[in-house]
Amino acid sequence: MTDTPTTDRPVGAAVRHGGLFATLQYGYVAGPLIGALWAVTMSVVTCVVVSFATGQGMAPGLLASLAVGAAAGFGALPADGRNAAARWGPTAAVAALAVLISLVWAPPVIPRDTTGTGTLIAAWALFLASTILPLPRILRGLPHGSATRHEFEAAVIRFLTGFGYIFFTAIVAIPFYVMVMTSLKNQQQLLQNPLDFTIDLSQGWGLFRSYRELFTDFNFGDYLFTSAVVSVATVILTLLFSVPGAYAVARLRFRGRAAFSRSILLIYMVPMIVLALPIYIAFSMTGLRNSIAGILMIYPVTTIPVALYMLQGYFRGLPAEVEEAGLMDGLSRLAVIWKITLPLSLPAMASVSLYVFMIAWNEFLLAFMLLDDPSKFTLTRGIASLNSSEVPRQHLMAGAVIATVPVMVLFLGLERFMTKGLTAGSVKG
Amino acid sequence: MTALEPPKGTGPLGRREARLAWGLLLPTITIVSLVVILPLLSIFWISFKPVGLADLRPPAPVVRESVRGRPEADGDAATLQYRLRNSSQDKPILGVTLTDEIPEGLTVGEIDPRCTLDGRTLFCDLGDWEGGQREEIEIPVVVSGAFLDAGVDLDDSPAGLTGRAENILTNLDFTLENFVRVFDGDEFWGVLWVTIFYTVFGTIGALVMGLFAAMLLDKSFRGQGILRGLYLFPYVAPVIAVAFTWVTLFDPFSGSANALLIQMGVTDGAINFFGERPLALIMVTVFEIWRYFPLSFLFILARMQSIPDDMYEAADMDGASPFQKFWYLSMPQLLGILSVLFLLRFIWTFNKFDDIFLLTGGNAGTRTLTVNVYEQAFAISNIGAGAAVAVVIFCCLLLFSFVFFKYISREEGL
Repeated sequence: MTDTPTTDRPVGAAVRHGGLFATLQYGYVAGPLIGALWAVTMSVVTCVVVSFATGQGMAPGLLASLAVGAAAGFGALPADGRNAAARWGPTAAVAALAVLISLVWAPPVIPRDTTGTGTLIAAWALFLASTILPLPRILRGLPHGSATRHEFEAAVIRFLTGFGYIFFTAIVAIPFYVMVMTSLKNQQQLLQNPLDFTIDLSQGWGLFRSYRELFTDFNFGDYLFTSAVVSVATVILTLLFSVPGAYAVARLRFRGRAAFSRSILLIYMVPMIVLALPIYIAFSMTGLRNSIAGILMIYPVTTIPVALYMLQGYFRGLPAEVEEAGLMDGLSRLAVIWKITLPLSLPAMASVSLYVFMIAWNEFLLAFMLLDDPSKFTLTRGIASLNSSEVPRQHLMAGAVIATVPVMVLFLGLERFMTKGLTAGSVKG
Repeated sequence: MTALEPPKGTGPLGRREARLAWGLLLPTITIVSLVVILPLLSIFWISFKPVGLADLRPPAPVVRESVRGRPEADGDAATLQYRLRNSSQDKPILGVTLTDEIPEGLTVGEIDPRCTLDGRTLFCDLGDWEGGQREEIEIPVVVSGAFLDAGVDLDDSPAGLTGRAENILTNLDFTLENFVRVFDGDEFWGVLWVTIFYTVFGTIGALVMGLFAAMLLDKSFRGQGILRGLYLFPYVAPVIAVAFTWVTLFDPFSGSANALLIQMGVTDGAINFFGERPLALIMVTVFEIWRYFPLSFLFILARMQSIPDDMYEAADMDGASPFQKFWYLSMPQLLGILSVLFLLRFIWTFNKFDDIFLLTGGNAGTRTLTVNVYEQAFAISNIGAGAAVAVVIFCCLLLFSFVFFKYISREEGL
């Protein structure tokens, strides 16, 4: 980035790089290169998709993919007024090289012993389509000859964007899919072929046998109820404490306000494990372990600082004039909070409530340390108790799904509040 | 005429406002001091104490009461026996006494010299006990027929016991042994190195991934909302659910990841992702990145969307290339939020416990400081050593927050 643009150059003029970039900036170099990288990505994607969809193994062939991609990249460059021979000649040459590599060395998608012919054909079709079809779009505007920096970078960015969508979607979707899929299988199916991601829908309701067993044999109904009670109570308690506190910090002038504000953040940063140890000792001695009351004493305190912090930020943003008008009309401060500030901050309260609910629902460490009695388990503690060699994997995953679904439903239903809540104060993890 | 001056100090209105403020804050301050400040102080106290998990139950005398000699008929002689012991093998108990009601129908003969009988109430003064001491009190009795017919259960009137045992948590014995143990040997430096690796790479990785994801979604297209929701899943889902999913996915025997890698020809045999050094550490760091990139992504995206468009339009007019626009326009705008995120995430990753605990349990070279607290306190049953590690963590935290407040708190209104 040595040459910054200057204003006296006409719009869209070429800015040249030196050295390696100079070579890269020719369309006939950049195009095949991007195409090759794209083809390798697609070959890996094809193998993963086909393996998971059919349960039959498949391996990507690096060299052949590079060659196919280079050919496709060459062919995808805009015509630029070249004649057909200049355009298709090199494309055909590289494509022939790809065929040669496929025959002598290995094809871009290599079948394994278990791979059937139909699967192989599908894999080839998927690979070729996903490689060749998007490339003209990725390389759009990249000239055959010397490209401007603008054109070159735009093509690179389009490649990275496509790669990014695939990458992020895969890393997020695969684990969650595995969670659901595992919970719907039985032990035998799981051990037989771990690659097989298909769900046998012909079983109908039989698919959900792990869930039924969790609710009938493992008391998950009780755990779900306990978790719901604990989470809702935590939200209520947190709001009861943090709303007055946040108002005081946001609006009222008193000595030590700044120090208080900072200590909230500081307390927010104290790791739970440091507190969990003395709390465990104190609860062991006073007999508060294994009681929901004990849990309810601790959970709100872990969430009050963050709720206070989020709410005071919101209260500050409200116009003080409205409240002052209320004060002039003879309302007391408390009445102002109740009648003016709270109704105005309902969206913020929703965000805070959702966020606090999420923390309480997902909380694991304290529940794990303080609850030993299966009749008092919260959902997370209940799932932890499933993690033993005696309980099959699909039960564990079914438990995970049961814990995840309520948060997800709340989250997707109220995403607007949730996102706001997350950005407002959630630095906590 | 008095000089016109602004009023000094606080007036009555100001004082009333301050009183109200403290009144509103009082409940919060009380409960937070009870549950946060008090435990924090006690952890310092405990860290200088030789406390084990077993010491949480202080030593106490224990008694078993029985009638011996198999009395069968009215007037048979028997023995009322109390067998006592110290529940602790090594801690003394001072001034042990026993009080019990002799059941109806037993006529007491000669009693033990340590005991006195008042009506039917037996009182014995057993003096001071060593650790592990056992005592027996045998009282010859004559059994009446009524006693045998009633089938009296001696446990119905349990014997009362008293005794002062020294509680190790409240006495004034202090020791530096916990800290010596924690800092001794290579283990601590190993743990510290793992913590630093995990924290630094976890934080930076999550930031970079978050930045990448934010750039992908910083444009409006159909399905943008769905993708944004999807990308937040790892952060919103319960840690226990996603951690166990990862363990299932990367299982060396039945995990899909291994099956896939073997079929792809990447590896010949199954890889034990969460059980091998140094792979396990890399995997937990990758998990941390995976779980927390949504958070950085959300913050960065919010900041990106607040950058005014006209800046980019001006840059377009000047012929800036996409990467130049990113580097010279977006990055300076994002620097504030990136540094805030870096410090906060650094602190939070440093504090992270659940993730590693659930994934590896701190085995295979993944024991961070926080996991070490648990390991020392509960796995090795040495609460004092666990507390000492917690103190070390707290001191690091103070250092971080000092940096945080000094350099960052002005940024982004935090």
